[in-house]
Amino acid sequence: MPSILGASTIAEYLEESWNSSPGLAMAIAAIVHVTMIMGLFGLIPMVFIWMERKVAGRIQDRLGPTRVGGRFGWLQGLADGIKLIQKEDLCPKEADPFLFKMAPYITCVAAICGFIVLPFSQGWGSVASDIGLFVLFAILSIEVVGIILAGYSSGSKWSLFGGMREAAQMVSYEIPLAICGLVPIVALGTLNFSEISAVQRGWASNWMLFHDPFTFITFFVYFIVATAGCKRAPFDLAEAESELVGGFHTEYSGMRWSFFFMAEYAAMFLVSGVAVILFLGGWNSGIGFVDSFIDDVVRPSGPSLGIEGFVLGSYIANLIGLKIMLIKASLLVFVQIWVRWTLPRLRIDQVMTTCLKYLIPISCFLFLGSVLWPVVLSTTTGKTTLFDAVPLGDRFQEQVERTNSEPVKPILKKEETKQDKKPAHSNNSAGSQETVSLITE
Amino acid sequence: MTIPQILFYIFALVTCGGAIAVVVSQNVVRMAFWLIVSLGSLSGLFFMAHADFVAGAQLLIYVGGTLVLLVFGVMLTASGAQRQLKMSPADGFLAAGVGTVFLTIIMSTVISVDWDGVSKTLTGEVVSQKIPTGYNKGEEGNTIRRLGLGFLGIRADKDLGAPEDKKISTGYLLPFEIVSIHLLVVLIGASYLARAKRKVAPRTN
Repeated sequence: MPSILGASTIAEYLEESWNSSPGLAMAIAAIVHVTMIMGLFGLIPMVFIWMERKVAGRIQDRLGPTRVGGRFGWLQGLADGIKLIQKEDLCPKEADPFLFKMAPYITCVAAICGFIVLPFSQGWGSVASDIGLFVLFAILSIEVVGIILAGYSSGSKWSLFGGMREAAQMVSYEIPLAICGLVPIVALGTLNFSEISAVQRGWASNWMLFHDPFTFITFFVYFIVATAGCKRAPFDLAEAESELVGGFHTEYSGMRWSFFFMAEYAAMFLVSGVAVILFLGGWNSGIGFVDSFIDDVVRPSGPSLGIEGFVLGSYIANLIGLKIMLIKASLLVFVQIWVRWTLPRLRIDQVMTTCLKYLIPISCFLFLGSVLWPVVLSTTTGKTTLFDAVPLGDRFQEQVERTNSEPVKPILKKEETKQDKKPAHSNNSAGSQETVSLITE
Repeated sequence: MTIPQILFYIFALVTCGGAIAVVVSQNVVRMAFWLIVSLGSLSGLFFMAHADFVAGAQLLIYVGGTLVLLVFGVMLTASGAQRQLKMSPADGFLAAGVGTVFLTIIMSTVISVDWDGVSKTLTGEVVSQKIPTGYNKGEEGNTIRRLGLGFLGIRADKDLGAPEDKKISTGYLLPFEIVSIHLLVVLIGASYLARAKRKVAPRTN
């Protein structure tokens, strides 16, 4: 597993401190990552379904769940889960049984896989890919396939309608989603979530949201499009209880039905997490001195935990970052829930019009604007940022220097030792020149 | 057997098994499902080969994009009778013949490559030639910067070691732009042709 920002990975920790073989270390690290992602995937729907019930209750002037597990109904999600497991697993006579059973898994797997590339704190992610955002959007686009297959294979007209609507909606909304994701990327010059978050360290004015007017608008457009992408109300045409019974999941029952909902809540959290990292400073608090306190005082402090440079302080700093990230993402999920219980559902033609006639042109305009913004600003005012903020490139350089000066650098050391262990021909520069020409020819 | 090898065999098996299931199954939508399985695990193979960008593109374009359109199209067009594909034996033989020829071509190409030499080359300096960028101190699989710069005409493997006057190679930006504008024209043209024709009221003077 590639690591990032100088944080050490589980596999490297096992290899260096416990002298386990690379294969075993990799397997254990993989199991730990998978278990944590699966646990998160199980926990997120439980919390957010409880939140949805509570918020819905308050908005409709009732209390929501009040009894299960104490005064606020904390364990309502768990009770729902137990009820759903007990339900009979039905497959209608008209359905294509194989596809009917597989469809929830595709949706679920796509939602789980999204968490592979989403980091939660500095270096706390399963895979620190340099194309994190790209991979995340790619994985999220698979979720639709499961929904369409569910709609088709149920052998019911309601389901088929739901599936068709979902397909039409998603094929259209993926375009503005990708373009809105590109707007901050153009300014940042990286697709790596950790780098994106690191650059936004410091006061909230460093957040991409306040980078220029275009990224500010883009955040709201992205949020609308992402809400539609999770098929949340007012864009929940695929379900549309009042007209299509249950849309694509009309025929499902028990756990298979709840898999769709788990995937939906996980996807809500995923797109909110992406919004937080892209626009809202990721796991940085947005208060300058708090961030510098965490990074300069907390991170290097504390006793070392076996591996070189891995100190207790960095663990605590990452834990604080994780909390900040989770709170920000949960707030965005709360807004999605709030919107759902406040706005009425759109008609399918209104949904398509909103996307094709408004959101796509707006996002294209924003993209163009964000590309032209630095050029126009530097020619007219001679500065590259508004209000004399620190330019992105300088911030990036500062972060690079900060991470490079940190004592936490086991990876670089490992890289060098690996280089030494390589066969002789790799160190021979004349030979490598030949191999270069070999490859390029 | 190392863990990457085991993973490779699992992904390879799923890829090939999915591909065979596409051919064997007779229901069009089930074929689409098996295609998802096959193409998805193919992207897993790309991830294992540290080609992250190709893997992501594989997921986005084939699994996410093309297959949604395929399933969408099948659901819209095929009615009951067409969903079950029944082939005549002649068709089967023809398809098997074409498949065998194609497989032979691919296999002969694969066998003709000197894999020992290639693997020696790949463990050499080519992979470790990196463009110095911020955080990633030369991690495998993170190829996007090299790809992007190569796209613009700055290639790490060619230009960094080349003499001064030959530093810039040709990029792919212009061909890419031409192709994408072409596709845009095709898209607009298709939607113009497909849109519902409104009757134009005859002018009355």
